[in-house]
Amino acid sequence: MSVKYLKETASQTAGPYVHIGLAPHQAGFDIFQNNFDNNLVSATTRGAQIIIEGRVFDGSGSLVRDALIEAWQANADGRYNHPGDRQKTGSVDPNFRGWGRACTDFESGIYRFYTVKPGCVAGREGKVQAPHINLWIVARGINMGLNTRIYFADEEKANESDPILRGIELKKRRDTLIAKPSQKDGKTIYTFDIVLQGENETVFFDV
Amino acid sequence: MNDLVSSVPPAFLKDGANPYPELYRRDYAAQSPAYAPIYKTSVLRSPRNALLSIDHSVSETTGPMFGQNELGMLDNDLILNYAKDGEAIGPRIIVHGYILDENGRGLPNTLVEFWQANAGGRYRHKNDTYLAPIDPNFGGCGRTLTDENGYYYFRTIRPGAYPWRNYVNSWRPAHIHFSLFGNAFAQRLITQMYFEGDPLIKVCPIIKTIPDEEAIQRLIAPLDLNASVPDDTMAYRFDMVLRGRRSTLFENRLEGN
Ligand SMILES: [Fe+2]
Repeated sequence: MSVKYLKETASQTAGPYVHIGLAPHQAGFDIFQNNFDNNLVSATTRGAQIIIEGRVFDGSGSLVRDALIEAWQANADGRYNHPGDRQKTGSVDPNFRGWGRACTDFESGIYRFYTVKPGCVAGREGKVQAPHINLWIVARGINMGLNTRIYFADEEKANESDPILRGIELKKRRDTLIAKPSQKDGKTIYTFDIVLQGENETVFFDV
Repeated sequence: MNDLVSSVPPAFLKDGANPYPELYRRDYAAQSPAYAPIYKTSVLRSPRNALLSIDHSVSETTGPMFGQNELGMLDNDLILNYAKDGEAIGPRIIVHGYILDENGRGLPNTLVEFWQANAGGRYRHKNDTYLAPIDPNFGGCGRTLTDENGYYYFRTIRPGAYPWRNYVNSWRPAHIHFSLFGNAFAQRLITQMYFEGDPLIKVCPIIKTIPDEEAIQRLIAPLDLNASVPDDTMAYRFDMVLRGRRSTLFENRLEGN
C-alpha cells in the first residue's frame, strides 16, 4: 500500500524548433501581437540596468546555437514579483516581472538578457542568498530543462556566505556560476557562458 | 490517460502560512536521463556531473505570472491565428484537458504554450528543410491561460509525422509540443503530446528515452468523442501534471525570517 499521488508528466526535449512556439521571430515569422522576449526592463524599472551575455557549449566545445534560456529573478530589492515571496524587506516593483526568455543566435551562438541586478534574497533558516538569477535551459538533445544560477563576480562578500555556493566543494566548479562584469559603451555587461558537458561543465541543480 | 483524483483534499494551510510552500522532490525514475544514447543528440548535450540537489528557497517556489491581457483573441486557435487567404489545411481537432499538480489540484491561470508541424509534417521554421510544403495559412503555434480549475483548450489541425536524422529512416510520430509554467519556476516543464493509435510511438527514440512505460502512456492523448463538435472537429484529451507542493501542517521553515 502506498499513498497515491499523480505523477509529474514526463519531460521531453524542446526540439530544434522550440522557437516556433516560444520565440516565433527567431523561427522566422510574426504571429502574436505580444511576444515574450529577453528584455526584462522598462525605463521605469528600479535598479541598475545590466546586460547578461554568453554562449552555450556542448561536450565537444561546439556552440549550441539552438538553445532557449529563461531567466527568473528578484528585483533590485531582492523581491520576487509573486505572492509566494513573503520577505519583509523591500517591495515588489510593478514595472518588473523578473522573467524573460532568450535564444542563442543561430550564427554567433550568443544569448542576451537586458535586466537589472537583483538584490540579496532570503534563504532558508535566516540565511541570506547572494544576488543571483535563476536560469532554465532547454534545447534539442536536452531531455529535461537544466536549472542553474548566475551569481556576480563583484558580489564577493555575499557570494562567500551564499548557502548554494558554499555547498559546492570545488572552487573550479563554483566559479562556473559566477558572471564577470565588463564595461562597453557605458553599459555593464556580465558574461555567463554555459557548458553543458566536459571540462568546466556548469553546475546544474536538482531543484 | 491520467488517473484523475476524483475528490481532492484541501490544501493544508496553517493560518498565515505561505500558500506557496516548497515542492515535492522530483521523481527522476519516471523521467528521461540526460544521457540517453538512443537519442543521439543527447550524447554531447548531457551533463556528466551529478545534479546538485538544493533545498527550496523563494527562488524556486515562486515563478512568473501572466495575464489574459497579454494574449490575443486568436492565440488559442491555430486554424485561424495565421490565416491569410483561407484556413489551415488538415484534420480539425480540439485539444483540451487539465494542468494539475501531483496533489490532483488544478493549476489556475497558468500559461500553456504549444507548437507543432503542419498536416504534412513541415514546421514553419528557418531551419526545417523537409520537402513537405509549408501551409500558407498555418503558423503552428499558440498559447492560452488555464481557467480557475486548471482547464485549458485550443483548436488546431492534426500534425503530420516527419523524418529526422537520428537513424536513417527515423520518423517522429505526430506530436504537439507543450510548454508549462505552473506557479513556480521549479515546475517549469516542456513535453510532447502524442496521438492514440499512432504506430510510430513504439519506435520513437525520443519517447524511448523515458524509462517508465506508464509515464509514456500518459503522454498519449486519447480520442475524446464527447468533446468533439459533430460535423466539424474531433477532440483529444490531454492532462498534464506538474510537481506538487508540500502541506504546511507545522512550521514553515522555508521563510526562516
Ligand atoms: Fe517536433
